[in-house]
Amino acid sequence: MSDEKKRIKEDEGLRFADPPRRSITAGAGFWQIVWRRLRRDRFAMTGFFIIVFLLVLSYLAPVVANNKPIVMRHNDRLYFPAVVELAPLRWFVKYPELFTMDFDEIKHDRSVALVMPIIPYAPTATALDERFIPPGVSHIFGTDELGRDVLSMMIHGAGISLKVGIVAMGIALFIGLIVGALAGYYGGVIDIALSRVIEVVICFPFLFLILAVIAFLPPSIYNIMIVIGITRWTDIARYTRGEFIRLKDREFTEAARALGVSDPKIIFKHIMPNSLAPALVTMTFGIANAILIEAALSFLGLGVQPPLSSWGSILSGAQKVIEFAWWITTFPGIAIFITVTAYNILGEGLRDASDPRIALGEDG
Amino acid sequence: MLAYTLRRLALIVPTLLGITIVTFAIVNLAPGDPVEVIQSGQVDSRISRESYQAMLELYGLDQPLYVRYITWLKRLATLDFGESFIDHQPVIRKIGERLPATLALNIASLFLALVVAIPLGLISAVKQRSLFDKIGGTALYMLYSLPEFWIALLLILLFGVKLGWLPFYGMESINAHELGFFGYVWDRLRHMVLPTICLTYGSLAFLSRFVRGSTLEVIRQDFVRTARAKGLEENDIIFKHVFKNTLIPILTLVGLLLPTLISGSIILESIFSWPGIGDLFFDSVSARDYPVVLGLSFITAVLVLLSTLLADLLYAWADPRITYE
Repeated sequence: MSDEKKRIKEDEGLRFADPPRRSITAGAGFWQIVWRRLRRDRFAMTGFFIIVFLLVLSYLAPVVANNKPIVMRHNDRLYFPAVVELAPLRWFVKYPELFTMDFDEIKHDRSVALVMPIIPYAPTATALDERFIPPGVSHIFGTDELGRDVLSMMIHGAGISLKVGIVAMGIALFIGLIVGALAGYYGGVIDIALSRVIEVVICFPFLFLILAVIAFLPPSIYNIMIVIGITRWTDIARYTRGEFIRLKDREFTEAARALGVSDPKIIFKHIMPNSLAPALVTMTFGIANAILIEAALSFLGLGVQPPLSSWGSILSGAQKVIEFAWWITTFPGIAIFITVTAYNILGEGLRDASDPRIALGEDG
Repeated sequence: MLAYTLRRLALIVPTLLGITIVTFAIVNLAPGDPVEVIQSGQVDSRISRESYQAMLELYGLDQPLYVRYITWLKRLATLDFGESFIDHQPVIRKIGERLPATLALNIASLFLALVVAIPLGLISAVKQRSLFDKIGGTALYMLYSLPEFWIALLLILLFGVKLGWLPFYGMESINAHELGFFGYVWDRLRHMVLPTICLTYGSLAFLSRFVRGSTLEVIRQDFVRTARAKGLEENDIIFKHVFKNTLIPILTLVGLLLPTLISGSIILESIFSWPGIGDLFFDSVSARDYPVVLGLSFITAVLVLLSTLLADLLYAWADPRITYE
């Protein structure tokens, strides 16, 4: 046998003996094609870039909108008080010598504050002589009833909206995948029982369930993430269940079973990677929805608690002064709308790009 | 059909039981026991041992969990949800007083959504890829992403405050009863306009996209091609053949929309001070009025369960191809 043939033989043997690797490579190929198609969808890519932009902006919030300088001179040493508020640094680097400093005082002093953030206002910095300033040069989106800069509050609030959306739907994805997988794979009594559980959760209008739980728990953003997560998984479970029913009798599953691969391995390694598409599409729409729910809860005063503010909580404060301070209502609402639309059009694009009814090979 | 109905009804039982378990589980989520919460809120915290004991017994909190659950189930069976912590009215009466307002709002909204969404969806499906379809599709898409409480604020600002055209507080004016019959009806209708619009546009967007999708599916079917081949008028094909068949899935969808509408009512009713169950629920959550919160959660869940059941049965009745298998 020539080397060439031997290699092919081994290759085939390997494939036959080790189906997981094969199914995973097939999955990766699938996602490559989905990504390639998505990139051509100008609409969906706009949504994608808006989301990326917001993620970057909310990460960089401390250096974009802050009353602390990015670079400052103090006792002939250089300090970076805004930079050390960025995520990994803030857990390690502290400037105890700056604790008592009044940054609102020094920020106008060019010899001390060498580089200021573009928006030189902290989201929590109140200024009673700057209340209700309409949008203009000094405050692009105006100020609120405590003289806080609305744009700065919005930039810092972006992180909360995005975090709630992603963490909550991460939890929902986890529950939904497991429930859907078990119901779809095993069928029978397990399916009937789990389908009842799904039905029970659907029966509670979601805000009722969420508010009822929140009524009993102390209000905090983490409780909201968890509660949204444990109430919004039903759609993901239903789609995953459908995919598992479709895939559980396919040749690759039968082959794995014939080789004695254990059930958990078949479920998680063989079928799951091939059934993720509808779940991820649903999750994208779910994030949009979770952002709306968080905004609504914060608007009702049951979400983010002061001094933190999210887009919803800014709107909540705006409600009382809507007659003359239109800007506090307008801009956060537009921000919510843009973010939710971005997730929705990305979800729509993902759904089209991963639609199995359109032949995947055509442009692969 | 009979077999289907019976099996569908049988499946209600475990779901109903599940709803009671979830509701009961929420009660027990409370940090500490509800009695403690009542005391810290309303009664002197150094309450006497006897009255503490009396409260424990009243709420059955000295019993083991499963005994409490069974006692609670027995009371549920007689629609006894206990009394409100706040005004000591029976919960069921409080809910009964508020239900008509919510129903009025939701029925008006559903009706409006259907009346607008069906023609919109039909036209954009028939004229697929036309300018109307594209602009309509994008516009509806955006409607779907607009937070309803924000739209409510903007509409209040525009029509309520700036223009002063429409009322935005409560269900009727203070002097409503002096207006005579027609004046009274007119007053009520005017109060309904803003909350109904806010409640409707989301489901309107959703419904019309759905109608468009299901119409497109029907249009591609063989019997439509046959009708065209016979030389029928396009209008006849659309209204007599296509439309009838798209109505069936819409029936189910209306059942599924109910939970979304009721959820929407919570926020909108509290913004517009609309005296419905959403407003009651929100007030009860804020005041930690547990019996009302639980009673309302349970009753709305049962309402939704019944409406999905009704939708499923209607669906099966309208489309004989559906079987339980």
